[in-house]
Amino acid sequence: MNSTVKHLVDPNDFTVEEINQVIDLGLKIHKNPASYARLCEGKILGTLFYEPSTRTRLSFESAMLRLGGKVLGFSDANTSAVKKGESLADTIRVLDDYCDALVMRHPMEGAPKLASEYATVPVINGGDGGHQHPTQTLTDLITIKHFKGHIGSLKIAICGDLLFGRTVHSLLKTLSRFENISFYLISPPELKIPKHLKDYLLDAYKVSITEFTDLEDCIEEADILYMTRIQKERFLNEEEYMRLKDSYILTRDKLSDAKPELMVMHPLPRVNEIHYDVDGDPRAKYFDQAAFGVYVRMALISILLEVADHA
Amino acid sequence: MLKVTGIQKGIVIDHIAKGNGIKIFEKLRLSQVDYPVVLLINVSSQKLGQKDIIKIQDNVDIDFTMLGLIDPKATVNIIEDEKIVSKQSLEIPREVTGLFQCKNPRCVTSVDDYAVPKFTRVENGKIQYRCNYCEELTEYKL
Repeated sequence: MNSTVKHLVDPNDFTVEEINQVIDLGLKIHKNPASYARLCEGKILGTLFYEPSTRTRLSFESAMLRLGGKVLGFSDANTSAVKKGESLADTIRVLDDYCDALVMRHPMEGAPKLASEYATVPVINGGDGGHQHPTQTLTDLITIKHFKGHIGSLKIAICGDLLFGRTVHSLLKTLSRFENISFYLISPPELKIPKHLKDYLLDAYKVSITEFTDLEDCIEEADILYMTRIQKERFLNEEEYMRLKDSYILTRDKLSDAKPELMVMHPLPRVNEIHYDVDGDPRAKYFDQAAFGVYVRMALISILLEVADHA
Repeated sequence: MLKVTGIQKGIVIDHIAKGNGIKIFEKLRLSQVDYPVVLLINVSSQKLGQKDIIKIQDNVDIDFTMLGLIDPKATVNIIEDEKIVSKQSLEIPREVTGLFQCKNPRCVTSVDDYAVPKFTRVENGKIQYRCNYCEELTEYKL
C-alpha cells in the first residue's frame, strides 16, 4: 500500500476545499473542453465494473477519452479472472501495474476501500453495494453549483429509497459538511436512511434532518428535490419490492406547489418515480445532471493523476 | 476451601466477572496451549462477591485487546519469581482488528479472505464498533 496516493473511496476522503476544487475545474472544463483534450495523453484508466453500470462506466470512459487518455477494463465480473476465483486483492495488485488510476464498482460494501489498501495508483469508488457513490455526489454538486451558483444555504428534499440508495448516502455525507444545509428525507418507513448514518450525520455535523413519509408535506419548502429509484436489486424479497416500488411518483401536477426555482434532480436511471410529463418542466435538471457527470469526472481524473495544472 | 498455589512466572488475570472466565479461556484458546493454565470460577471476592481467575504459567504474550473487549474491569498481573512485577488495567479498545465479524452480510469482510474486519469504537455509551469498510455498526457480544 502506498499511503501517499490520493483515493476517492469515501466522500470524506476529500475535504470541502478539495471538493470545491474538483467542481470548479469541472465547470471550467464544461465551458472550454477543447483546452483539456490532451491532458491525459499516455495515461490509462482501468474500469473494474463487477456490477452492471451504464452512466457511471460510460461517463468515466468518456471523461478519460475526452482528456486524451485511454481506458481498459471489464464491465462484467463473469468475463474476468474473478470468475476463476481470484481475490480482489490479487486483481488489484495486477491491474495496478497496467493502469494509472482505477475506477471500481462492486456489489460488496467496502470493496473499493479494500482495493485502495493494495493499490499504488488512485482508486475511485464507482459505487459499492448500498454504501457510497462519491462521484455521483460530485456530479450532483457540480449541477447544483452550475444552476444555483452556490452549494450552501439550501433546503434539500431527498425522496425514495434512502436505505439502499448509495447516491443518497454519499450526498448526505458530503452536503452535511457545507454551510446551512437542511435535509427533508421522504421515504416509506421501511426505506429510511440507515440508523448508523443518521446518527453519524447528527453527531458529526449537527445537521438539520426532518423525516417525512409524504412528499406533499415538504415540497413547497424545498430548493432541491432529489428523487431516487426504489432499488429492486437490493431487495431480498420480491414481494416487499412490489409493495414499495410505486411509493412516490412525481408528476407535473405535484410540482404545482413547488418553488419556481426548484431543481428536480435524479441520479438516473429512473423507473417510474418521475413521470415523463415532468421532463418538459424547466425545473427538471436530471439530464443536465447526467451531462455534468462527464465534466466533473474529467476534473477528478485530472486532479488524481496530478495533471490538472498542465492545461 | 479449594487452594491453588501461585505461579512462578506468567500472568494472572484477576477480577474477571463471574461467568466471563470460561469465555476468556475459550477466546484466548487456552485449551490448545502446551503450558500450564488454571481456570478458577466462582471464587469469593470482597469487591465482586464472586469472580473468576485465570492463571497462565510461563507465558506473558496474550491478546490484551481481546481481554479488554471481553471484560475491561479485569486486571492483569505479570508474575516473575512468584512476585507481581506489574499490574495492568484493561480498557475497552478503540480499534479492533479481526476479533469479530461485521454484522452486515453485504460487507466485503464477510466474503473476502484478504479483508480482515477492522472496527473503530463509536462513543455512544454502548460497546459499538463502526466497520472501517462498510461503516455498519456492530455491537460486540460474547
